Parts: sequence; structure tokens; C-alpha cells
Amino acid sequence: MSAGQPLVSVRDLVKSFPGRRGLLLARSAAAVTAVDGVSFDVMRGETLGLVGETGCGKSTTARLIMRLLEPSAGGVRFDGRDIGALRGAQLKALRREMQMIFQDPYSSLNPRKTVGAIVAEPFAIHGLLRDRAARRRRVQELLETVGMSPEHHNRYPHEFSGGQRQRIGIARALALEPRLLIADEPVSALDVSVQAQVLNLLRDLQSRLGLTLLFISHDLSVIRYMCDRIAVMRTGRIVELADNEQLYRAPRDAYTRQLLASVPGARAGYGRRING
Amino acid sequence: MTRYIVRRLLWGALLLVLVSALTFVLFRVLPTGDPARLRAGRSASPKVIAAIRVDLGLNRSLPEQFWLYMKGIFLHFNLGYSYYSSASVRSLIADRLPATISLTLGAAAIWLAAGLAVGIVSAVRRRSKLDRAAMGTALVLISAPEYWLGLIALYLFATDIGRLRILPGAGSYVGLTSDPGKWLTSLILPWLVLAATNAAVYARLIRGSLIEVMGEDYIRTARAKGLSERRVVLRHGLRSAINPVMTILGLDIGVLLGGAVLVETVFEIPGIGRLNYDAITHSDFPIVQGTVLVAALFIIVANIVVDVAYAYMDPRVRVS
Amino acid sequence: MSDEPLLRVEDLRVEFPTEDGVVHALDGVSYELRAGATLGIVGESGSGKTVLSLTTMGLTRGLRARISGSIGLEGRDLLALSERQMQAVRGNDIAMIFQDPMSSLHPLFRIGDQLAEAVRAHRKASRGEARARAVALLEMAALPDPERQALSYPHELSGGMRQRAMIAMALANEPKLLIADEPTTALDVTVQAQILALLSRLQRELGMAMVIITHDLAVVAEVAQEIAVMYAGRIVESAPAGQIFSQPEHPYTWGLLQSIPTLEGSRSERLVPIAGAPPSLIDRPSGCHFHPRCPYAKPDHARIDPPLEAVVGEPGHRVACLLAADERRRIWTGMR
Repeated sequence: MSAGQPLVSVRDLVKSFPGRRGLLLARSAAAVTAVDGVSFDVMRGETLGLVGETGCGKSTTARLIMRLLEPSAGGVRFDGRDIGALRGAQLKALRREMQMIFQDPYSSLNPRKTVGAIVAEPFAIHGLLRDRAARRRRVQELLETVGMSPEHHNRYPHEFSGGQRQRIGIARALALEPRLLIADEPVSALDVSVQAQVLNLLRDLQSRLGLTLLFISHDLSVIRYMCDRIAVMRTGRIVELADNEQLYRAPRDAYTRQLLASVPGARAGYGRRING
Repeated sequence: MTRYIVRRLLWGALLLVLVSALTFVLFRVLPTGDPARLRAGRSASPKVIAAIRVDLGLNRSLPEQFWLYMKGIFLHFNLGYSYYSSASVRSLIADRLPATISLTLGAAAIWLAAGLAVGIVSAVRRRSKLDRAAMGTALVLISAPEYWLGLIALYLFATDIGRLRILPGAGSYVGLTSDPGKWLTSLILPWLVLAATNAAVYARLIRGSLIEVMGEDYIRTARAKGLSERRVVLRHGLRSAINPVMTILGLDIGVLLGGAVLVETVFEIPGIGRLNYDAITHSDFPIVQGTVLVAALFIIVANIVVDVAYAYMDPRVRVS
Repeated sequence: MSDEPLLRVEDLRVEFPTEDGVVHALDGVSYELRAGATLGIVGESGSGKTVLSLTTMGLTRGLRARISGSIGLEGRDLLALSERQMQAVRGNDIAMIFQDPMSSLHPLFRIGDQLAEAVRAHRKASRGEARARAVALLEMAALPDPERQALSYPHELSGGMRQRAMIAMALANEPKLLIADEPTTALDVTVQAQILALLSRLQRELGMAMVIITHDLAVVAEVAQEIAVMYAGRIVESAPAGQIFSQPEHPYTWGLLQSIPTLEGSRSERLVPIAGAPPSLIDRPSGCHFHPRCPYAKPDHARIDPPLEAVVGEPGHRVACLLAADERRRIWTGMR
């Protein structure tokens, strides 16, 4: 595969959640189309941002790419292969290549497992690194990679702060050496003084490990800092997809402009004041 | 909202049909003996047994029997005939129903009031001596067997055998229409006994529910509005806390209407529970079958009422 | 307009005993607020900002809290008032709106009824009058079709409309001071802008003072005239808004400004995080609470409590830092 080929290719992706009707059987709810015809590419080594407000479909899109949900229409190609066609062992192999980190560091780690067990779990699931010593060494390596001390592998999640837990989640995601990392609001639940730690970590990991990053957030400032290209989503569609500079200096779509104008401090020149 | 109610009613009807069918299987198909002989009672002549056989349609095919049975129940409210008591099951049950209803509803009113009062005070004064004493007493009452409580109550207060002879003892129940005064006094002890255990349960329920609700954000908002603490607890807090309690109350009443066997037995109240118990000891099949159906009916209706009441009390539920 | 501040908080200290130890939520907080002014209080988790607002409303009294100091509202010490007297103040002289309007409105009562209740709590009004006022308030808060919204339940409204309803409810009795605790955090960004604009407009129309509490520096930049930065139960810096951004004096403020991404920032300028994590309020660092995370801390900063002092040459600017003023100036200029 040449370097110019996208790693992930999404075409006309649609996801509808059907409503249920009927007198006898349960509720009647309207059908919800969370993703309504979305197409984009994620190029190797880049950070693509998905930004939008609640209900725009960005998280659903991520789950469709991970094949945690099945699309109602359209498809996703990973490295040229149609992921919808994969089954069994091939599907399992695909899962090694893409991993996700989640928003809430307090609920995404099993409180009953030690940190070491949490980070080692992907190996156990995929039957890799069966040698206990080798596994433990790798876990400690991973912990160091994310800036935690290797001795922490014996501790439990509740002993750590939100930022540290998020690091543990990242270590777990990196265990299988995935090519694609999807980060779904990874810093929204963290204190502001700690967010930068995790953001910088992700940037460093990306350049060191050659990761491709799909970064989802509602926070335009964070997206600005992290992403090469950005897709703005609204009610299940992409309204604008552009380079970072282009989007923030000269947004084309009216909704994008509205979003940017709504960011607090925009009018007060807050950003400009800090940056001199 | 109407769609919701209609839906519940339809489900209820369907359930009732299913329960009736199940009863048919349980009482007609499964028992190993001859159904006619089982119903005839202990000492029945062959002529009676033969008559029963015709009545039950035992000479016909099983599906036909089932059809006759269902038609009998739903079209004619025919619950069968007790040869042992020489009366239709329906009339026997109708006779006993008022007593059970009096007992259940009276007790429910008492335990709800008591449970609410104790539960609210306990919740508001959490971990105080009062709270601990109340919850401790509740635990004792929940653990105490009803019949034991009943016997103790009689031993202490019954006019015929008690220490303080202030209330009528066992067997003194009369119908409301015949003597309202005596009806009332004869029910006081049974009410208290039946209410005691349940009041304890409800006090704990309400305490727990209210404590949880008082921690919610909207309670903080109510205080921030400058409302008195009393209003915050009784209007804002209780309104939310009472929902789960109400649904359980409906279910409890539904179950009890099928017969509060223990209390009815100790106090010799002629209710459905007692009827059922006697029928079982006499192997009077038809009555047992009838009471099972009636009990199921009450529970199904109670469930429907509770569901609808819940939708009425919590507007969020109606959205679905 | 008198010169006396509307609100004067002096050396406020609040502690809660808990199973894990004593939580020192507020550690000697002092500030003033003039009528009609807007103060933004910025802080992260464990900064004490929410306890500060709840204590001002008297809502921390029940929790076995130990409260000392004074909170003067037009000269009256709120801490000395009885619970009854305080109830007359809440929702009347001081009102508060909270972060999550979904959980902060009673789910089982209609919006109009909740608003009417707020009105009748403090003034004599018939049911009809209160209801009419409720509709008028909803209209003031720019809710479309206020008559119909008054009959709705909270779950039937969108997030932005719920927050408007909360605001309308808080303003029912035209309070002199509105405390807004993270009013926009739970909302989408386009709705945030609308709510902030609404708050500013209403504040002007009613001549109300406002305290906005948030973790978001951008929000206070948008609406506040004066900003106080809180850390671990203390105000570490307070100044007019412009000065906080152009001439910050406290290392924590520097850390915040350098570590928070902005729309104007370029990608090549790396964010500089503040090392470590916000401290536990049970086990706070001694002396200057920020010293374990401060790159410029000196050994005796662990022993001495820094007092909140005026910055020479900048009126209205106070900072609680043990570094010398010229040293701070030097460091900040070096950072820019």
C-alpha cells in the first residue's frame, strides 16, 4: 500500500435506530438517523478531528468505524479492506488494528482489576504474549510510555487521579500496537490543568509510534490544537471538511462560522490576549 | 396516555387468558388421579362422580374440555362447583370477599400512614437515636411471624382471653352491613397485626427512598429558592420519594386481596384466605382452583392499576 | 449608588468532617463585589469555588460544616442569620442557578408551577397572579411560546430552554445578586453563547450583581469585569479581567493560561501543562498550597501561608504569592 492511500475510508455511511410502534408491544418512538450519509478518508499518520454538538453523530460514526455498530447503509474500508465483510478470525485481527479511548476515566477502567491486569487484558483476549514474564515486561513498558511509573501495575484504578486513569486507558489501547487510535472526548472529563498533559501525550505518541488518530470532541479549541484536518458534523452529516488553518481562518460553511463565533471569549479577544 | 392505558388493559386481558389456561393444565391435566373423583370429595357416591364427569365434559376431547372451561369462566363467570360444600365456587368466594377486602384495605391505610410518618421522620433525622430506634423496631417487626404477632395480640388484648380485655377476640368478625360498630372493633386487632409487618417494611422503604431523593440536585434548588425545609421535604422530596412506594403498595394490596391466610386464620375471619386454607385441608379442588384464579385476577388488575398510576405520577414515563 | 460593596466576604473558612478526614474546603477567602458588577471565579475541582457559592447562600449549614468568617450583604452578616432569616434571603436577595438544569429542576412538577412557587415564597400573590408572573418571567428569558412552556415538564424541554427556565426562576424576585455555578458547562457551545448573552442582558436590565463560577477561563473573559482565581480553597489571584490575561501574577494563573488551548493559538506552540494534579482538600500541601506543582517554588514556600496582597502599581489587582514582585514580572515577561 502506498503512503498516499487512506488508512480508513468511509463512504455514504448511514446508521438509523428504528423506532418501535404498535399498540400491544412497547413504546412508539420515532426512528432516529444518527448518521446520515457520511463520507471521509483518514490518511495515514494524520490526526482527523470530528467536531460537533450533542446528537451530531460523531460518536456513532466512531463506533461504526470500530464496527461496534453495524451500519444501516454504506461502508467502511480499513487499509483497503471492507470491514463489513470480515468474519471470525479476520474480524478479530482487525480489532487489533484499531483501538479506542473513552471520555470517562472513572467508568472505563474495571475497578476490580489491577492496572497491570487492565493493560494486559488485550493480550489475554487475543492470545498474545502468553509468557507471563514477557507480558509483564511489556505492560511496564507501556506504562512508562504513557508517563506512569512501572511499579503502578499492582495498584487499583481508584488510587489514581483522572488524568492518570486516562493514561492507563491509553496504555491499554496501545498494547496491541494498533494503527488507528480513536479518541472519543478523551479530555472532556478532566481538570483543565491536566488536559494539556493528556493532549501532549497523545501528540507525542502519535509522532513516535506513527499512529493515525481520529479525535472526537465538542471543544473547538482542543480540536484546533490537535488536528490536521477537521470534519464538522451536524445532525448526522458532515457540513465541512477542511485543513486546520483553513477551517479556523476562513470557514466556508455557515454552521461552522456560527460554531466558531459561539466559542466563549471569541468576541472578547480572549485567545488573542493570552497569546500576545 | 389513553394509548398507554389501553395497551395495559389489553396485556392484562391476554395475561388473564394465559393464567386461566395454566390453571386448566394444573388442575385438570396434570393431577394423576381421576379429575371427577378428585372433585367429588372424600366420601362420594359413584352416582355423584358420574354426574361430575358429565359436568366437566370428561368424556369429550381435551381441546373441547378446554374450550368449555374457558367459555365457562369468561362468559358465565362459572368457577366451578364445590361438591364438598354443595355450593358454587363463585358464590362461596363472593361471600368471603367483603371480609378480605375490609381486612386488606383497612390494614393498608394504617400501614401506609404509619410507614410514611416513621419513614419521613427517620429520613430527616438520619442516624439520630430516633432513627436508629425506629429502624431497629422495624427490623424486629419484619422478622416477627404474623401468626405469632396475632396470637400475642389476642393474648394481650382480646376480650375473651386477653390480659387487658379491650378488643374483641378471634371469631368476632361480622359484616359491615350487619353491625358497623362490631365490624370496626373486631377488625382493629387484625388490622394492627397485618399492618405491623408491612408498616415496618414501608417505613424502611420510604426512609431509603427519601434519603436518596433528598440528595438530588432539585432539592438543592428548592432550598435555594428560599422555601422552608418543611416544604422542601414534604412537597419536593416526598413527591419524588413516594413513587416507588406507591407501586409496591398496589402490588401488596393485590396479593393480599387473594387472601391474607395467616391473619384470617388466627382471628377466624371468614375471608378468601381462610376459604382457601380450609379447601386445601379438605382437598376441595374446585374451590382451590377458583381462589387461584381470583387471586391471579387481583394481582393482574393491581399491576395494571399500578402501571397506570405510575404513569400518572411520573410524566416522564408517559413519553414512552 | 453608595460606595459600600454589595457583598463583602471576609476570611471565610469552611471545613467538613468526613469519614476520610476533615475537608478544608475554604481557607480564608475574602473578596468584595459592588452592586451591578460581575465577578468571575475560576477554579478546577477541589478549588472550593462551589462551596464558596453554597456557603454564601447558606446551603452548607446542615452538613456539620464548621464555618467562620463573615459574609456581609449590604452590611448584614449572613452567617449570623437564623435559618428562617436566611430563607427570606434565598431566592429573594440572592439567587442561584446550577450547572445541570435537567437535574436541578424538579422532574415531576410543571415549569410554570415551579416558577410560581418561587414567586409565592417571597411575596403575597394569588395562584393566578403567580402563574401570570411565571409566564412573564419565561418570556423575559426569551423562551418561545412561554404560555405553553409553563405547562411543560422539564424533560420536555431542550437543555438550553431548561437553563433559561432556571434563570427565569432565579430572577423571579429580582435579586440583588445572582450566583451562576457553571451555568453553561452542560450545554452545547452555540447554546452556551446564547445563555451568556441572556445573563448579561438580564443583569443590565435588572441592575443585578453577578458571580459566575466556572473552570472555563474563556467564559469569564466573555462576561466578567473582575476575575478571581481559586486554588485549593484560597483565592490566589484577583484582578480586573484584562489584567488577568495581560499581566497575570500567580504561577497557577500562568500555568492555566499556558496549558489551555484557544482558538487563536497555533498548533506549533505547544501547550505547557501544569505538572501533577489538583490536591485533595483533606490532605493539602502545607504553606502555599500550590508549591508542589510550582516550578518556581522555594523551600520555605512549604512553610509560609501566602497572604492575598495588593500588587503595587496595579489597582484592584491582588495576588497570594511568596515570590517577589519583580521576580514574578521577570518570569512572566520571559514566558511571553
